[in-house]
Amino acid sequence: MWELIAANKRKSLIIFIAMGICLLTLGYCVGMAWLGPDAGFFGVLIAFGVWVVLSLISYFAGDSILLYTSNAQAVTHDIHPQLFNIVEEMKIAASLPVMPRIYIIDDPSPNAFATGRDPQHSSIAVTSGLLSGLNRDELQGVVAHEMSHILNRDISYLTFAGVMLGSIAMISQIFLRGSRFGGCSSRRYRSGGSGCGQAQLIIFIIAIVFAILAPILARIFYFALSRKREYLADASGARLTRYPSGLASALEKIGFSNIKLSSTNNITAPMYIVNPLQADGYSGIFSTHPPIQDRIKILRGMAGGASYLDYSKAFSAVKGGSGGIIPSAALSDSASVPIRDAGVEKEAPKDPKDKTRETIDLLRAVNNYAFLTCACGLKIKFPKNFAQNEFICPRCGRKHEVPSSNNVLAAAVASAIPAKPVTATAYGVSPQVYARKNVGWESFNCSGCGALLQLSPAFIGTSLACHSCGKEIKIR
Amino acid sequence: MTMMGLILLVLVVFLLFVLSSVASIYNILVGLRNQVKNAWAQIDVQLKRRHDLIPNLVETAKGYVKHERETLENITKARSAAMGAQGVADRSKAEGSLSDAMSKFFVVVENYPDLKANQNFLALQEELTSTENKISFARQAYNDQVLGYNNKIQMFPSNIFAGMFNFRQEQFFQVENADERQAPKVSF
Repeated sequence: MWELIAANKRKSLIIFIAMGICLLTLGYCVGMAWLGPDAGFFGVLIAFGVWVVLSLISYFAGDSILLYTSNAQAVTHDIHPQLFNIVEEMKIAASLPVMPRIYIIDDPSPNAFATGRDPQHSSIAVTSGLLSGLNRDELQGVVAHEMSHILNRDISYLTFAGVMLGSIAMISQIFLRGSRFGGCSSRRYRSGGSGCGQAQLIIFIIAIVFAILAPILARIFYFALSRKREYLADASGARLTRYPSGLASALEKIGFSNIKLSSTNNITAPMYIVNPLQADGYSGIFSTHPPIQDRIKILRGMAGGASYLDYSKAFSAVKGGSGGIIPSAALSDSASVPIRDAGVEKEAPKDPKDKTRETIDLLRAVNNYAFLTCACGLKIKFPKNFAQNEFICPRCGRKHEVPSSNNVLAAAVASAIPAKPVTATAYGVSPQVYARKNVGWESFNCSGCGALLQLSPAFIGTSLACHSCGKEIKIR
Repeated sequence: MTMMGLILLVLVVFLLFVLSSVASIYNILVGLRNQVKNAWAQIDVQLKRRHDLIPNLVETAKGYVKHERETLENITKARSAAMGAQGVADRSKAEGSLSDAMSKFFVVVENYPDLKANQNFLALQEELTSTENKISFARQAYNDQVLGYNNKIQMFPSNIFAGMFNFRQEQFFQVENADERQAPKVSF
């Protein structure tokens, strides 16, 4: 397995260097076109500098940025024991030194991604749609695939390559747009500078051609790199779980789900297990992931065992030719990597309503809701900033004390900050009433927690819930 | 520089190169051997975790499975035996019989719907399933590490120095009892 990582580092380096040559040549041409024929080297330096700065930022902060933009919530063992256990099992199988951080993204579409610059600082994120749709074996397959990305150092490679692609795109854009104003006419203040001679014009044309081609070439390299790595992650994941069918059926469910992932964009899309932005059938040179059908066929074709050699064989059977996914040094473990039996499914298949309810409860738990079960059987779920001391069960009328962790009033009393006065709030009795003064923008304070509430001119409803404590306010 | 001096310089550089290669091979082999030892210890960690979980399981189940005293006693006995076993052969046998006792218990649980719906029991069952998985993944990881280490010892050029520095091949973790390979069959 370790030979695999080393060999892939070498291969990726070649593609990486190819992209680097694109970047530096672009810098050279732009430098020559804008600053004169002897300033080519200066352009190279600037292009390189841009790449270094962006790389440093993405290397150190890349995973936090990605998790933040996807709105991911951290998960501990208490919140979702099964997911935590599955990740821990894969961590043991992969001999990772440190447990990756686990996140959940609130989205009904099933998908997952991994991020992190090395195994010591890694994170795995799954969507709530994935959790509710997959069984244990399939979830394990997906987690194993993501963990293989971490293990094979795919993430740092793709990050550096992606940043290079971004730098190339950025520099070429700046050049192409700026050249309308720059170019020959900007030599006014340079003494002894070249005039707008024929040589300068030719250099300019070359630079423009390259500025158009470079991003395209770089994209082709980047996507080839990305696709290769996805196959490799499939192979490593199947080997870790010793159960290729798990990942295969997970891919079937994910790939053919019709729900679209909402919180992604072109930058974060390639990092997911299935690209959420590219249409199902799309599989050209510009696709970040190999076609799902092929991935599934290869995994299902691994009947003989779960080793890299078996994956290689299945790959050649489906695609013809080895594709250079797995280097020969890593094929030595063909000896005996038998496929294990399916995990015994101990629970009866769940009603989809129950599964949805479980997922929503899970998200509430992650967002610090407090749960309480009334004696009549009703489950009461308190949001974080609930500003009452007591709550009356709407079904049976019993009084309940609001748990102090979610009670803004109790917290205020406890920290001796003068609490906002609260009106009598038995359920259904005298909520706050606000009379509109005119039809424009208006704002007022919630009488329960003091938060500022605003009414827009377009608001025509008769009641409003305070966004921080949930209190109902009638609008007249 | 004289001719002799140049030859001497080249020889010294070559010698330094050889020495540093040997040193790095030695370090890599040491690292791999320690990883193998660590992987072996990880299996023990998971086995101990199982030992710690079982009393909770028995307590939770006791109230519900009133007529299955024998099954519960078997688990408790098997657990004590496993905790007391010494030596690798004895321990793997004891752990094997503990796994057997637990799978029999889970078969029995199917007849008790109240127990199956109990939240504590479900959480415990998930933990135990996970522990069993972790034990097998820990063994798998150990075997992978042994494979990597053995490969490095046998391949060129480290094989030249492996014998010199007394690095020996490690054993794979084998299932001792051929019956253990089969999943427990249940018939009604």
